[in-house]
Amino acid sequence: MAEQPTALERFVQGILPENPVYRQLIGLCPILAITNSMQAAVTMAVAVTFVLVCANAVISLIRPLLKPHLRIVIFTLTIATFVTIADRVLAAYLYQMSKTLGPYIPLIIVNCLIICRCEVCASKQPVFTAVSDAVGQSIGYGLALASIACVREVLGTGMFFGMRVMPAAWPDWSVMVLPPGGFIVFGLLLGTANWISNRR
Amino acid sequence: MIKAAERQQTVTTKDIPSPEIHVAPSPHLGNTHFSTRRMMIDVLIALVPAMGMALYLFREYALRQLLIGIGACLVSELIFVRLRGTNVSLKDCSAAVTGVILALSMPPTAPWYATAIAAVVAIGLGKILFGGLGMNIFNPAMVGRAFVMISFAGVMGAGAYEATGTLVDALSQATPMNAFKQAGVLAPVPQLFWGLTNGSLGETSAVACLLGGIYLCVRRTASWEIPVAMIATVIVIASIPDMAGYHGGRLIMHHVLGGALLFGAFFIATDPVGSPLTPKGKTIFGIGAGALVMLLRLYSGYPEGVMFAVLLMNAVTPLINRWTIPRTMGEY
Repeated sequence: MAEQPTALERFVQGILPENPVYRQLIGLCPILAITNSMQAAVTMAVAVTFVLVCANAVISLIRPLLKPHLRIVIFTLTIATFVTIADRVLAAYLYQMSKTLGPYIPLIIVNCLIICRCEVCASKQPVFTAVSDAVGQSIGYGLALASIACVREVLGTGMFFGMRVMPAAWPDWSVMVLPPGGFIVFGLLLGTANWISNRR
Repeated sequence: MIKAAERQQTVTTKDIPSPEIHVAPSPHLGNTHFSTRRMMIDVLIALVPAMGMALYLFREYALRQLLIGIGACLVSELIFVRLRGTNVSLKDCSAAVTGVILALSMPPTAPWYATAIAAVVAIGLGKILFGGLGMNIFNPAMVGRAFVMISFAGVMGAGAYEATGTLVDALSQATPMNAFKQAGVLAPVPQLFWGLTNGSLGETSAVACLLGGIYLCVRRTASWEIPVAMIATVIVIASIPDMAGYHGGRLIMHHVLGGALLFGAFFIATDPVGSPLTPKGKTIFGIGAGALVMLLRLYSGYPEGVMFAVLLMNAVTPLINRWTIPRTMGEY
């Protein structure tokens, strides 16, 4: 078996070189659905970070017990446990945000980013590596969410984190807040990211 | 292409004096004058009556939209083509055509930024991102217009056409489509025919669109099947509410002559890139577009539906092309 990357490598790779959104193109459903405001994007990123770190840690701890044919079920159940915790905590303390995010918090269960990290890293490496991998990937995911949400919120509503940043005469680009805006902004940013990495 | 180039290279390296043989797939007969540039210039010529009518009716408003539309389209074509690293090709006039069609489809009072953004989106997202001229799935001008239409509903929507306190008479009235949608008022047919009504710049005058459209069809730049099928479908569908409401044909005339139907049927739906290849496919395309126009006009929140109808039919064009592959001789 090939040598596994160290904890530091895992951490660094998750942020940019193997950014889950811009390089691996996984976990895109919330990227397109909830990036029309920075607040929603940051809440989502925090929820994903919580679930990913906890799930990676638990999977890594029980990795000697995993059976190959049952591992995906175990991953999903572990993830679902933490997603339920995140969902209930949001509903209790950030009720409005929970309403805004709607089904997208429960949908973290099937977010392939988390299953992918469990499969690739946590089921094979010790806890410290798995957690640093989860943190790196979460930072990368959060940055990607924020980059898209930043463009969409500023153009779509003239605001940033709910504060006015554009002049009052700014015409709101409503299409940016609507789903097509998510696809367009994500596509353009992805193209830019590829262009930058090709120039290197 | 690559194989041919390789073969040529091997021949030259062997240095055998041999006659140069050009091998190309059929058809071997071609009209060399039938170039993109000629088609685009034809479209520009065909748009002259509509442009003239817009300038006559909306004066400085029309001039402003045309200048912004064409200017922004040419500039964004230059920039985006450069970004893609291909040769700058303003000479084929396709960007100018997109600019004119876009400007003529805008409300006269649309703010400058709406037209400019529409032009950038039309050329950038609608055309160059898909691979440039001939590769775009959707009509670029309509992509740009849809983008700003959804973005700036307040200044692009049906209510935004009316402006009071201007020197342009036509602007003070509601558009015929909106008046019908809101209040059930039918505009007089001669007004619709000559185009003395409010509306998007190029769409008001039925006679100007017909003149230009017939010129396009006679020159074979546009295929006649699409506009004929589209208008015929609208007539058929409009005749149902017409008969049901005892309008005596006036409702049919309203739907055919009013709104963007003629402009869209002749200049937008006939875009050779986004429409099917075979005559049969073109007829299906026209029928579909006409039916969608009437569906949107009668049942949607928008008073007019040509833009969305054409975009939706653009989306199914590959499917229509697959349905209507002509059989070769001897094939069952």
